[in-house]
Parts: sequence; C-alpha cells; structure tokens
Amino acid sequence: MAEMYFTKEHEWVKVEGATALVGISEHAAHELGDVTFVELPAVGKQVKQFEVLAAIESVKAASDIYAPLSGTVTKVNSELDDAPEKVNESAEEAAWMVELQLADAAELSQLMTKPQYDEYLKSL
Amino acid sequence: MQLIYEKSVAGRRGVMLPKSDVPSAADLPQALLRSESAALPELSELDLVRHFTNLSRRNYSVDTNFYPLGSCTMKYNAKVLENAANLFAPLHPLTALLPGGEELCQGALGLLYDLGQLLADITGMDEVTTQPLAGAHGEMTGMLLIAAYHKAKGNRKKYVVVPDSSHGTNPASAAMVGYEIITIPTAPYGDMDLELFRQAMNNEVAAVMMTCPNTLGLFNPHIKEIADIAHAHDALMYYDGANLNAIMGKVRPGDVGFDVVHVNLHKTFGTPHGGGGPGSGPVGVKKQLIPFLPMPRIMHDEESGKLRLQTGAPESIGRTANFFGNFGVMVKAYSYMIMLGREGLIQVSEQAVLNANYIKEKLKAYYDLPYDQTCMHEAVFSASKQLENGVHAIDIAKFLIDRGYHPPTVYFPLIVKEAIMIEPTETESKQTMDEFIEVMIEAAKQAASDPASFAAMPVSMPVTRLDETKAARSQTVCCIG
Amino acid sequence: MQTSHYCPHTPAEIREMLAAIGVQSVEELFAPIPAELRCSTFNLPAGMSEFETYAKLQQLAGDNCQNLSLFIGGGFYDHLIPAAIDHLAGRAEFYTAYTPYQPECSQGTLQALFEYQTAICRLTGLDVSNASLYDGATALAEAALMAMRATNRNKVLVDGCVSPIARQVLATYLSHHDAELVELAPLDGLLNRAELAAQLDDRTAALLVQYPNVFGCVEDFSGLAGQVHAQGALLVTAVYPIALGMLKSPGELGADIAVGDGQSLGNPLSFGGPSFGFIAAQKAHIRNMPGRIVGETVDKNGKRGFVLTLQAREQHIKRHKATSNICSNQSLCALRGLIFLAAIGRQGLADLARLNYDKAEYAKSCLATLPGVTVLQTAPTFNEFTISLPKPAEAVVASLLTQGIAAGMPLGPLYEGSENLLVVTVTEKRSKKEIDLLVKELEVALCN
Repeated sequence: MAEMYFTKEHEWVKVEGATALVGISEHAAHELGDVTFVELPAVGKQVKQFEVLAAIESVKAASDIYAPLSGTVTKVNSELDDAPEKVNESAEEAAWMVELQLADAAELSQLMTKPQYDEYLKSL
Repeated sequence: MQLIYEKSVAGRRGVMLPKSDVPSAADLPQALLRSESAALPELSELDLVRHFTNLSRRNYSVDTNFYPLGSCTMKYNAKVLENAANLFAPLHPLTALLPGGEELCQGALGLLYDLGQLLADITGMDEVTTQPLAGAHGEMTGMLLIAAYHKAKGNRKKYVVVPDSSHGTNPASAAMVGYEIITIPTAPYGDMDLELFRQAMNNEVAAVMMTCPNTLGLFNPHIKEIADIAHAHDALMYYDGANLNAIMGKVRPGDVGFDVVHVNLHKTFGTPHGGGGPGSGPVGVKKQLIPFLPMPRIMHDEESGKLRLQTGAPESIGRTANFFGNFGVMVKAYSYMIMLGREGLIQVSEQAVLNANYIKEKLKAYYDLPYDQTCMHEAVFSASKQLENGVHAIDIAKFLIDRGYHPPTVYFPLIVKEAIMIEPTETESKQTMDEFIEVMIEAAKQAASDPASFAAMPVSMPVTRLDETKAARSQTVCCIG
Repeated sequence: MQTSHYCPHTPAEIREMLAAIGVQSVEELFAPIPAELRCSTFNLPAGMSEFETYAKLQQLAGDNCQNLSLFIGGGFYDHLIPAAIDHLAGRAEFYTAYTPYQPECSQGTLQALFEYQTAICRLTGLDVSNASLYDGATALAEAALMAMRATNRNKVLVDGCVSPIARQVLATYLSHHDAELVELAPLDGLLNRAELAAQLDDRTAALLVQYPNVFGCVEDFSGLAGQVHAQGALLVTAVYPIALGMLKSPGELGADIAVGDGQSLGNPLSFGGPSFGFIAAQKAHIRNMPGRIVGETVDKNGKRGFVLTLQAREQHIKRHKATSNICSNQSLCALRGLIFLAAIGRQGLADLARLNYDKAEYAKSCLATLPGVTVLQTAPTFNEFTISLPKPAEAVVASLLTQGIAAGMPLGPLYEGSENLLVVTVTEKRSKKEIDLLVKELEVALCN
C-alpha cells in the first residue's frame, strides 16, 4: 500500500514508483459540500509542483486543485465526469483525479504525511 | 404548479393580431425558412393571466413582506415613479441620433443631463455617464476608464487592490479589464488593514476599489489616508456605490479622495428591483477622466440652451451599451430625486442609519455581533452562537420565511462566518421592525431549545428546501417538450 | 426631521429608538465619520409632492416628439405590446421582489425565468439558455468571450454587416482581453466569403454574424457552420427574435451560440432601455455561460421546484475568475418577453412575422417606383431593407422629420461611401396609410 502525502491546500498524492495518483482530501471534500463538477486536465499536460492542475466545483464553492508534485499527466479519472459525487463518497480512494509521471520524487519532502496532515487540520 | 407549456393546447390564442392591410408578398426562398414554428405556449388570454397572476403570488416582495436584504437596499418603490416612466414609452432612442433628431428629444436628453448633474452633486464628482446598465456594468465601465487614463499617461499598471470584504463583482469587473487582483485582509477593527494596505501598494497598482461604508456596514475613518497613499502611487480610487444609502448629505465620495464612482439606481434611488433587474449603474468621474467617457455623451450648449450629443471623442473608451442606458429606470430615479429633494435625501440616510442601529441594539444580546460598534445602514450578525446547537444562518433564514419575512442576506460578506446582514432601509416603520425583532428573538430561543425543528423549515411555502446539488448535476434549464 | 410618507417615524418614535440605542441624537450615529470628511456642500433643489413631480415629468415628456411615424430600427423596434403584459409584469409581487436567492419564497420569479429560458431555447432551436443579460449588444460581447474560453483561442471574426452599435460594444469589451478582433468588411451588403476563407484559421475562436443583418438582408447561411467548425471555431449568430417566427433558427443553422436583443418582445422603446439580451447555446457550453441560470429540481418531498443553479460560475463565488462580472439580469424585462411570447403564441409569432414581412415588401415595392430610388437587392429581406437615394440620405431624413416621419437610418455615418443609403424598417404597427404617406413625402423631399 503506497503511503499518502498531503499538501497545505488539501491535495493528496500516492506514489507508486515513477507515477503517482492525485486527489483531494476527505476534509476538502467535506468543506466543499456536494461536488457538482470536476475539471480534469488534458493527458500530456505538464505541471510544476504547486501549480494549478485541475478545478472542482460544488453548489456553493469553486476551487483550484494544485499539483502536489511536478510531472506529466498520464491518466485522468473520467468516471468523475458523469459522477462527481464520487468525490464526496470516496475522496481518498475511488475519486483519484489525475495520474502523474513524476519529474522529481524528491519533492515529496515538501509534503506532509497523514499524521502530520491530521495535526495540521487541528490547527486550522 | 404546472409550467405554462404543460397548460398549452394547440390552436389556442392569447391575443388576436390586426389583419393585414397590404397585399400578401411572395414567400421567401425555402432555404431561409424555419421548418417548424417554435413550440411556444398556446393559451387563451384568461389562462395566461391566471398563470402569471398565480405565479406572482408565489413570491415574497417588498410590497408584501419586510425584506431586510443587506447590501441590496430594498426600500419601498413609490408608485408615482412607475407612472412617470410610462410617459416616455413610445420614444425611439434612434431619434436622437438622426439628423435634426436631437431637437425632438430635448425632454429626454434634458432628463439624462439633469440626472447626471444631480448624481454628480450627491457624490462630489465632476461628470456622470448614464450608459452603464447595472452596478457591475458600471464597475466594468469605471475600470475601463481607469485603464484608459493610465494608458494615456503611459503608465504600466497590472493590479487592482480590493479589501477581502468586497462584493464579488469588484474583482470580477477588474479581471474583465485584464487586471490582477491584490486582496487586503480586514483588520479586527472591521476595516481594510491600513498597514497591510500600505505595504501592498506599489506603482503597478492601477486602482483601489472600495465601498464606504464597507460591506460590514462600517465607515472607514482612514479613507482619506488610503486615498492619499493610492494617489501617491498614481493609483485611482474607485467607489462602489452600493452603500450610498448611508451617507447622502453626510459624505461625498469625491470630497474624500475617490476619482470614479458608480451608483446603483435600483438600490439608493428607489427604483424597483424587478426580481433581479433591470438596474442602472451610472458612473461619475473627476475631471481628469472626462476625455475617456463612453459615447454618446450628453452636452449642454450654453448658447442655445439645448442639449446635444457628442458621438466621437477621440479618447473615449467607446460604447458600453446600445444607447443611453436604462432610460426607463433613470426616469424613476430622477423622479425620486426631485421628489425627495435635498432635505428628503438627507433624511433617507439619517433614518436608514437610525433603523439599522436600532435593530442592531435590540438583537445583539441574541446573536453574535462581530463588530460591536455604531454601524451605518446595515448591521452584520453571525449565527455562530446558534451554530453551537447545530443551527446555521440558513436555518434562521428558513424560520423567517415561515413567519412571513424575506430573510436578510446570509453568508455575505465572506469574512464573517455564518453572516446575517440586516439592512432595514429608511422606509420601514418602527412597528414593522419591532415585530421582526420579536421573531428574530424567537428564532434564537428556538435554536437553543429545539434545534432539530429547523431542518424541516420552511413548511408554509409551495416548496420546502430544494436539492441544489441535483439542479447543478442535472442541469435541466428548460422544459423539453 | 419631518415625518414623510417614505420616512414614517414620528418624533416620539425617534426619541424611543434613540433611547434604545443609547444616544441623544441621530447626529451621534454619524460620529464615527471624522469631521474633516463631512461634506460642506450638498446642493440639491428642494423636494416636492408626488403631484408636482409627475407634472414636471409630464412637461419633460411633452418636450419630446413621441408620436413620429417610425420607420427606423437600429436594434430597437416599434412592435405591438399586448395590454396584459403591463398588468401582469406590473404586479408588485414580480417587480418589487429581488433576485431569487431564497428559492422557497421566490418560486414565482424562478418558474417564470425557467419558462423564459425554455421559450428562448425553443425560439433559437438550441439546448440551453440563461436568465437574460443586459441587452443584445452586451450579449454579443459576452458570446465572443464565451467562445474564446471554450476554444482557448483569442481571434474573433465579426461580419461587418453586424450592427455597428453592437460591434462598438464588442470592441470595448474585448479591448483588454488580449483578443484579436478582425472585422470582415461587407461585400454588397453581405458577408464577404472570400475574406472569411482567408481569415478563418486554427486560431479563430468564433465567427459572429447577424441575421437579418444591419442592411436588412437575410443571407443563406447553410454550410457556414460546417466551414467554421472545420477549423475548430464556433458560430455565433445575433438574431432578431420576431424574425424567428419565419426564418431558420440558429439551431437549424448549426450555430453554437445565439444572442439577440429582447426589446421587440413586449418591452417599450422607452428611449433605449431597459431591454434584455438573450443568449442560448449548445448543451456542451453551459458551464461557460455568463449570467444567472435557473434550473429545475425537487424539494425534500419530491415536489418540483426551481433554483438558481451553476452559481459556481458567477462572481459571488469565483470572484475574479468568474465567467463574467454580471450580477443582475434583466429579470422583469425577460418576464415581459416571456409573457409576450406566451400571449402571441406559437402560431401568433408566425403570423406576426408574416405581417412584418408583407408590410415591408409593400413599402419596398412602392419606394422602388420613385424616380432615382433603387432597392439594394443582393438578398431577400425581412422587415428592413436598404434603398439608394439620388441625394444624401441625411438631408432627406432631416426634411421628413419635420413632417413627423422618421424615414429610416442613414448609413453615411456608419459605412464609408454610403451617404445616399437609407435603411427603412417596417413593422406591423405601420399602417398602409402611413406607408403611402412615407412614399409620398419622400417623393416630395427628393424633388426639392
């Protein structure tokens, strides 16, 4: 089981070798409320760490999703096109959003582990 | 209640047209014709009238309910204003643009000119354009004027500064003109943080957009200092006139450093809100921005005493709308202004502020008041106390609906959690406010004693709480039929 | 302070309220405003009663010539308005309500706007509509911006036959959007196809056309959508709604977005406003639509109801990233538009379009008989057409104005080399008698 790392902006990343899956945390999904739309990037798009990767909308809010790590988009979860509610149901599992081919795995050191993220949430 | 399309019966007519008094011409080529007539409703006039009459009865409105919607200034709409607007119904706008046409529109042009002068006097500006069709449209026009000013001076400007309490239209309007936004947090004392503002200001800032009093209903006493700092960087000061109802006759934005203002005629000047429009957002400017005003511009010819249209100023930003603006709305605002006059408008602001403070005092024991100080025309509470029992601002709103009140604004400004913004306006009587206060107190008490009861509210309306998620996900915006 | 009919408190009530607040006077409530910021002047005239106010407005209305025989258009048209509209839209529950942010107590406005959106979809033959924009010109500008967002391109082609007023507003709106606005100069009053082929490329976001165009021409636009789509661009059509009672709809033409001005639908001329702009589009573009949108849903008990929806596009949520800065729509004007379309009805709109067409054809044929007058016949027309006069049109129009006739819109100020051209508009409100008088007076003016 790959370990999950988190960003301050509530994205998570699960690294599996040279690729990683990206999504948003349960906390973020809860804060957004019922998700109505997920705007996923095109396959092939290149992003730098913390740049805008995707966007998400709920009934009452709209938010950018930032890349936890630099890389190239290799896959997107198109199930979210017709069923954005999956984000509310399973933000940290079934509702992964983007798969990235990583550019620099060392960037992980900038992110929080799950226990660190849970502590961070308490401080908000 | 059925949709009008569900009541349609093929072949019914709602109005009979006059018969043709000219020969019937040959048809247009088939390739240009629509294959089938549009599936518009088909009802008798009676069924049509019943449908819309019954629809109207599903609305709360100022004429039927107290409507203390903060930031919207839901004051009473005098009926004489409606009669006045009807007087100009048949006047075609193009008439004024025909050769010799100005002569035939002196009344209408005169009204627009006088309205501009009155607004200039009220706001302390040098000239006003009536062309913008709404407040946000006025904001965009103001930003275009500011951009033109900087371009003419050869200034390189990238940013617009707004406080984090600003209405969403402020940054959106600045973005429409290509600016990036710098947001300044609100300090604990309820105003834009002066120190953070000072630090953030630089020579690439084109403008600072503010409203005064701000969206918390508080007047920023440092406004002149802010203006001085902005001007020192050759940034212009933009005044969002949404809250003008609080300060007429007390403060003129032009006197305290604002260079551009927009006014919301459908708020401050008593024109009806129409269920979401039409509004009107005239823009006032200081002298240095006059060359950039949109065309056509109404000029007063001193010699002949006539009103003329200027249509081709070289530095004008161009046209922002079809003709002269929402003339019908402006007739109403003009009538309101000349009817109330100097003393009447001063009284409006005084009583708007009195009413808001009265409600604030009476409710502060029951609802959190994030800024416990004299407010202006609106007071911002928070339902955070009620939230301790699981009752949100939206639940208080639904409680009020069941008691016959349109709720105050909730969840704005964004910087107050569970915000409830109450703007009674000056047209409400003490009785109305006292009854409202009683009901708000009841709501607070019920939030403490029976919080679970709120989930089912409202129960007295044609529908109860609606599934907004389903609406956004299914995107059904028209009746397929 | 005197008690007035709009500020109801008596002196006793004011004293009570001040006591409750804990201040001695209303002035004290303004104390947070530093003295040096207070205005020293507030020069407005004294107020008056509603009766004197109304008399003043009557005098101003009397200073206009409001009963001209109107053969002018330019985006605003003199059409019949069924009596029921004033009464229904004049119901206070509609016009003194606000934006339906609390849907449970605003189902009247919300359902009416949903029905309006439906009417616009059916009229234009497209899938989705919003709850109205400010006017036709700003709607065209918003459509251009929408196309730029949808295609992620910034070159916009606009047919020079689109109303000059709308093109000016378009230019103003695009001036700060890093957009390349290319105008295709008209060729014989029609879209310049060669220019279009030359300019249409893979950087083009959209082609904007209008029908009937400013000269009154109704072009055959079949094939145009295919040509535009082949380059990955969108087709935007600005349309005259009354004409849609007869002409092919934007949907039938394969357009992606349709816009127009709704003044013709039940809204008075009123010197240029208020009116409303309509916008409709193919379903794929709904997230990119500016302005308010009403959607259908159900309540907790499964009952159908209506709400403002997809608000995440709008300024109050997305702020500077919103699809537009728009806050208000033109709700009451759109309501009038809906009631008009419902009153006129399916067959009625077709009949109304026919009336306009027949009257214009009659006027055209009569004017064509005048010595020196030629009708520009490059294409069929609906209720507007362009004629060429033997002398400058402006002088002729000025002369006829003194006879109480607004004979048409001179094209000289709008298009180079068009000093002798005049666009004549004929709606169902112009009687045969009026048309015959126009022809007679025009003949006289041309002889002088």
